[in-house]
Amino acid sequence: MTTAEIHQQLVARFGDKITGANLEAIDPWVEVASAAIVEVAQYLKSEPSLVFDALNNLCGVDYLETDAKKAAKFGHEPHVEVVYHLYSYTHRHSLVVKVKLPRWESDEAGRLPDVPSVAGVWAIADWHEREAYDLVGINFTGHPNLHRILCAEDWVGHALRKDYEFPLEYHGIRGR
Amino acid sequence: MTWIEGRFEESVITTTLEQGMNWARQASIWPMTFGLACCAIEMMAAGASRYDLDRFGAGAFRATPRQADLMIVAGTVTFKMASRVRRLYEQMPDPKYVIAMGACTVGGGPYFKWGYHVVKGVDLVVPVDVYVPGCPPRPEALLEGLMRIQDKIKAKRLARGASDDLPVPHHSGYAAIPELVEV
Repeated sequence: MTTAEIHQQLVARFGDKITGANLEAIDPWVEVASAAIVEVAQYLKSEPSLVFDALNNLCGVDYLETDAKKAAKFGHEPHVEVVYHLYSYTHRHSLVVKVKLPRWESDEAGRLPDVPSVAGVWAIADWHEREAYDLVGINFTGHPNLHRILCAEDWVGHALRKDYEFPLEYHGIRGR
Repeated sequence: MTWIEGRFEESVITTTLEQGMNWARQASIWPMTFGLACCAIEMMAAGASRYDLDRFGAGAFRATPRQADLMIVAGTVTFKMASRVRRLYEQMPDPKYVIAMGACTVGGGPYFKWGYHVVKGVDLVVPVDVYVPGCPPRPEALLEGLMRIQDKIKAKRLARGASDDLPVPHHSGYAAIPELVEV
């Protein structure tokens, strides 16, 4: 099935929980409201006409242009996204699902944005979500073990955020 | 031992204790089996038969720091790894030597500007004797670094109050004892 057909099927089933889609992009995607992602994920996996049995990748993206000169041409509101790349070995079709989130929950700097975890649907999402939490700073609610996976446990900040400030020292070692 | 057979009368060989000890030590530098990233592949190549680190008595890679004389820090040192590198260094018995192998351990290398997780040179963590630059350095470069360590061991003085003359490497491959300059 093409992304357009899957999108139609999802809209018919979930209505306005499917918040948008870009079907002209080289890698077309469907946008889902963050509160409905687990429901949609379960449907995508179990519906016999879709059977997305593999989560190829799950990643976080930070959309922010810190350079004031380039910000005018940037073309995105500052936000973070979670991107799910799905594949069906049964039907050999793939799908990209995106969830848009604010950079900080209710615009309070330092409060990580929440999105429900899909680790209960695809088990591999466990580690991918830990990585997205570690580096992009997305709080996956309902995750079985949401700890940093790459940086040290006592690391401060989320390193792939565009406004991340590099540490000056870490445990007595000069940082730059 | 063909090179030494028949060179002496059946008698006594004399040497100084200092020279004897330095010769023994510089000809049996045991490195630690310890690689952090891609430079370790080149270190393995230096240890294998083609480049053969064992020609210099340094082929016995020890699996424990307690038996090692030399730590070849081969690869990117991250902040998370730095405390482990330091601990391994402290577990080595004296006298111990450190080679910083590769651009990352010399000064952060390609991660210098944007690597939030990389220590900008392993000399911020452990004292380094010889720096071997390159990304990664060729096995010959590591052998050269090893020979500089040997020069350093050869320059060690035993007598009380005697100061070690730090050898100055020359581009010809020889290391010379620096001449004293009267000021």
